[in-house]
Amino acid sequence: MAVKTLTIDGRLVSAMEGQTVLEAAQEAGIHIPTLCHLDGVSDLGACRMCLVELGNSPKLQPACVLKVAEGMEVRTNSDRLRKYRKMIVELLLSERNHVCSVCVSNGHCELQDMAVELGVDHSRFDYIYPVERVDITHQRFGVDHNRCILCGRCVRVCDEVEGAHTWDMAGRGAKSFVITDMNQPWGDSTSCTSCGKCVQACPTGAIFQKGATVGEMQKDRTRLEFIVTAREKKQWIG
Amino acid sequence: MDSNELMEIKEAQIASAKPIRLRCCLAAGCLYSEGEAIKEALENALEEEGLTDQVEVLGVGCMGLCSEGPLVQVDPDGILYEKVKPSDARSIVAALKGGKATAKIGDLSHPFFTKQVPVVLENSGKVDPERIETYIARDGYQALNTVINELHPSQVVEEVTKSGLRGRGGAGYRTGLKWELVAKTPGDRKYVVCNADEGDPGAFMDRSVLESDPHRVLEGMAIAAYAVGANQGYIYVRGEYPLCIKRLQIAIRQARNLGLLGSAVFDTSFNFRVDLRIGAGAFVCGEETALMASIEGRRGTPRPRPPFPAESGLWNSPTLINNVETYANIPLIIRKGAAWFSSMGTERSKGTKVFSLAGKVKHTGLIEVPMGTPLRVIVNEMAGGAPDGGKVKAVYTGGLSGGCIPAEKLDTPVDYESLVQIGAIMGSGGMIVMDETDNMVDLAHFFMEFCVDESCGKCVPCRAGTVQIYRLLDRILNGMGEDGDIAKLQELSEMVKSCSLCGLGQSAPNPVVSTLRYYRNEYIECIHKNPKRNGNKNAVKAAK
Repeated sequence: MAVKTLTIDGRLVSAMEGQTVLEAAQEAGIHIPTLCHLDGVSDLGACRMCLVELGNSPKLQPACVLKVAEGMEVRTNSDRLRKYRKMIVELLLSERNHVCSVCVSNGHCELQDMAVELGVDHSRFDYIYPVERVDITHQRFGVDHNRCILCGRCVRVCDEVEGAHTWDMAGRGAKSFVITDMNQPWGDSTSCTSCGKCVQACPTGAIFQKGATVGEMQKDRTRLEFIVTAREKKQWIG
Repeated sequence: MDSNELMEIKEAQIASAKPIRLRCCLAAGCLYSEGEAIKEALENALEEEGLTDQVEVLGVGCMGLCSEGPLVQVDPDGILYEKVKPSDARSIVAALKGGKATAKIGDLSHPFFTKQVPVVLENSGKVDPERIETYIARDGYQALNTVINELHPSQVVEEVTKSGLRGRGGAGYRTGLKWELVAKTPGDRKYVVCNADEGDPGAFMDRSVLESDPHRVLEGMAIAAYAVGANQGYIYVRGEYPLCIKRLQIAIRQARNLGLLGSAVFDTSFNFRVDLRIGAGAFVCGEETALMASIEGRRGTPRPRPPFPAESGLWNSPTLINNVETYANIPLIIRKGAAWFSSMGTERSKGTKVFSLAGKVKHTGLIEVPMGTPLRVIVNEMAGGAPDGGKVKAVYTGGLSGGCIPAEKLDTPVDYESLVQIGAIMGSGGMIVMDETDNMVDLAHFFMEFCVDESCGKCVPCRAGTVQIYRLLDRILNGMGEDGDIAKLQELSEMVKSCSLCGLGQSAPNPVVSTLRYYRNEYIECIHKNPKRNGNKNAVKAAK
């Protein structure tokens, strides 16, 4: 495989052909904010946090799906990008009922971390206050749609790593929501293996382990990485 | 099927035609205004008068002037009857023998008809969309015959490239280049897809083409398939077009039975099968990557490009996606040649374009004009300007993704570049005309409501951004707007435009941006109506 050299924020970086700009940046220690990206599962380019500027092109590209190319000139942290990222976080915070003070993931939430990182201390936009459901029919886990940012990580991890495809997306637009099986209560799902990968994959407190109270729900991504790496390297075979 | 058999069908059809023909429009608009009953009444009247051996009644597609429908045209006399009712049938038949018809007679010398140049609509209103023979009688499937038997696929691509045809779905990508990309991409399986998911408010060009002349699109697709090396095609047609679906099904069956589609087309080794896929009511499925996801049976949401469909489309195979109107141009380009086609239009936009006229004009319906025709000719001359003595205020082109063009700019020629320059786009060809009574904030509000409803929800800017834009517009429109709301609107619009994943999200703020560009004062007026501004507490209470 050929090696490509590119510039990211003025730094020369080398990457393998086929790698994404996000991977190249991460390897070079350059931080690009992400929300819907999760190591080990496919990328969607949906949250638009990782948008980067390319050379003289006015078009922004998501770093998570953009493949490296020779001589590429990437800027990850311009004023324009920071402004857009901030607005995206503000939009996410106003879209549903994200009340950190009563959230199981308070202090361990990627959305909250992102807001802190980008200096979002309030949203300029109207809070929508939609009426969302909470499904706690599953024996061990629960899903609170108030805190869901529709990143689709649970859908992908369940489909691609666990192979169960219990989760899916229903509805459209702002009325989209994640469902289990054919929009049945999670507890009645016949495909769910109760593996808990969705719990670990969820960036916020939307999918949580029962019994956790405010701030107690810590997600352990290393468990997912462990499974994905073991599968890729065939560590469980022979 | 070979060329001789094709000629035999053509000649037999022409020979069977009776000297006088009454053409009844049976496209959706006229059909649902008793079109079928009119046709039956005419047939009965002919029977009574004993004229059936000289006169025949044909059910045809759209004749264009939808606002005056149901329409009946008499050949070869060249009389157009408008707003026909079944009760007029007797007098129309009597008029053939010198009587006087009770139905209104239309003016065929009106610019609405005379300024048109039919290419895509060549057969529209002339052939019976449910009988393939009538299409063959007007040289149908001859282009496909020529292509398969006389041309190498690369020559077909070259011809399309030379014609200068650009995608009629809206973006205006060069069709020849797209074909070449798919043709040159290696792959065992390739697909040809026709995008008939016409969803823009006020757009009905594709519907009309499919209802009036479905074989034309099939022939165009088959030529494309031969050129790029595909043997499977899909037509993705929206479920809201049941008549298109029905006529396409009939057309596909008839073409297959004659060996013009399916296995061994024209007795050669070329196979091309076409299947329909019916959309389930999502606007976003008109976006090509979402459309392909939907054909594959997955949730219809867009994905980032690249890879483009030409490289990795349906089931990761190279896929050619074109709009209905693009395919409908192909047979005539082959038959009359690329030079003929490129002699029409402007330097960079060749050929003709079909527009659907809607809104505040006297004549609404479907027209086809050469590219570069000034908007003023279309709106004021052809469509007859605003009705009831009104004044045209603006024209909205390009559907949701387009923009408004104020009356001062009506001298702009319609071609891809000129429209982009003034903040609108060609789009698929919907034109909505507004008069002085229309409020532009209201217009933006309407379009944004549509965007909110139709956003797929995958990316945050479009999903959450359009909701916030809509709320701001709603507030402004209802006299609750505040200073700073316009700045907020602009900031949000810019972000949604720059950050959204697909073309629909990227163009979702266009209605706001373009109305703000030309009608900012209307926004300010609305905001000034806010009773809070005027310090009147009672008024605030009343407004609540």
